[in-house]
Amino acid sequence: MHRKKRLEIILEAPAMNRLANALEQAGVTGYTVLPVLAGKGTTGVWTRDGLVGGAGAMVCVICIIDPSKVDGVMERIMAVLARQIGIVTIGDVDVVRGERF
Amino acid sequence: MPKCCTAPDGVVMGMFDLAVANLLSPMVLFFALGFAAALARSDLTIPEQIAKGMALYLMLSIGFKGGVEVHKSGVDARFLGAAAAGIVLSALIPAFGYALLRFTSKLPAIDAAAVAAHYGSISIVTFVAATEAVRMAGFEFEGYLIAIAAIMETPAILTALLIARRAMPERKGEPLGALLHEIGFNGSIVMLVGSFIIGAITGPDGMKMISPFIIDPFRGVLCLFLLDMGLVAGRGLAQGGRLLSLPVVLFGLYMPLISATLAALMCLTLGLSQGGTALMITLTASASYIAVPAAMRLALPEARPAIYLTLSLAVTFPFNLTIGIPLYLWLAGKVSGG
Repeated sequence: MHRKKRLEIILEAPAMNRLANALEQAGVTGYTVLPVLAGKGTTGVWTRDGLVGGAGAMVCVICIIDPSKVDGVMERIMAVLARQIGIVTIGDVDVVRGERF
Repeated sequence: MPKCCTAPDGVVMGMFDLAVANLLSPMVLFFALGFAAALARSDLTIPEQIAKGMALYLMLSIGFKGGVEVHKSGVDARFLGAAAAGIVLSALIPAFGYALLRFTSKLPAIDAAAVAAHYGSISIVTFVAATEAVRMAGFEFEGYLIAIAAIMETPAILTALLIARRAMPERKGEPLGALLHEIGFNGSIVMLVGSFIIGAITGPDGMKMISPFIIDPFRGVLCLFLLDMGLVAGRGLAQGGRLLSLPVVLFGLYMPLISATLAALMCLTLGLSQGGTALMITLTASASYIAVPAAMRLALPEARPAIYLTLSLAVTFPFNLTIGIPLYLWLAGKVSGG
């Protein structure tokens, strides 16, 4: 097993393409996007149901990176996310195929 | 009762008749059902993907029908006049809106700029509902107004950005290129303009091929979509209403009337039909809640979506749908001498 970092980014759907570009520029080898159904933030409860436009919807992006890349990746993605609504968390994970990240 | 609107079939409709006919239409009643269900905290919901699918269907249908009309009647100088008027109105209204908001409310500059962008841009669903009201009143309209709707989406966003940059000098150096691409190729605009072009190319023959899909189910889909809009609007009001101060709520009610008046004055010189004038006024008086909110999340992310989305969707959209559209139809009668 190999120790890696798991980045979980919950962000506004309209900013998704910008985040994807930032991740690619930072050399991240892959990521997974999940829809987020509903939640509660500083302005109250929200839900994805019935929304037509991207504003108001959130997505969750998960990527696994080598610990040596964390600073570079964070610098790139914070340039995109600093002013957006969202949450960024970093945690330790063990992966089977370490050479992929 | 003031007599204003003489339909081609000779029916004369006053303001009151127009308002009653509009309020008792299935479209408005389904919107009211959704709004009431959300306020009553019913578990009635429409999944996001179905809502998006219906929005795409409505844009395909309205865009295609507009294109077919242009194929049949061609484009004349009045189109260029209406396009120029649309650009001017869309670009100027945010400046009025921003000044009014800053003067009457305590909304921060960035929020006021974002709200103002919504009122300069257009709501395609309000436009779709207005086309149905125009048809129900017995009028026709120029098909190229679909293109005018697409043209009016963007200038307001640029004006709001200029206003925000003036209010926040640190934002001046930021590049606009990527943002303009994201706004210009927004899915709703691509669908509307693309369907319009396909309709203009294929004309009545194309319409004959797909009319069972885009004509017959249209009103039913619109009812279901407006039910969803009612649910989202009611939910928005329940959740975000507390963030709206009274001056801001009032702005959401009087700004469409100011915009409608400006559009009516502009229409005096455009030579549009009565139905076309009503739609031009409706476009100008409507507030975006699909394209502009998404653009604002990228262009002015510090602005609070709970304010501009709630105001546009939960205050101005219901106002336009219930009271505004018959009022604009009546106003169009005055402007075009009908």
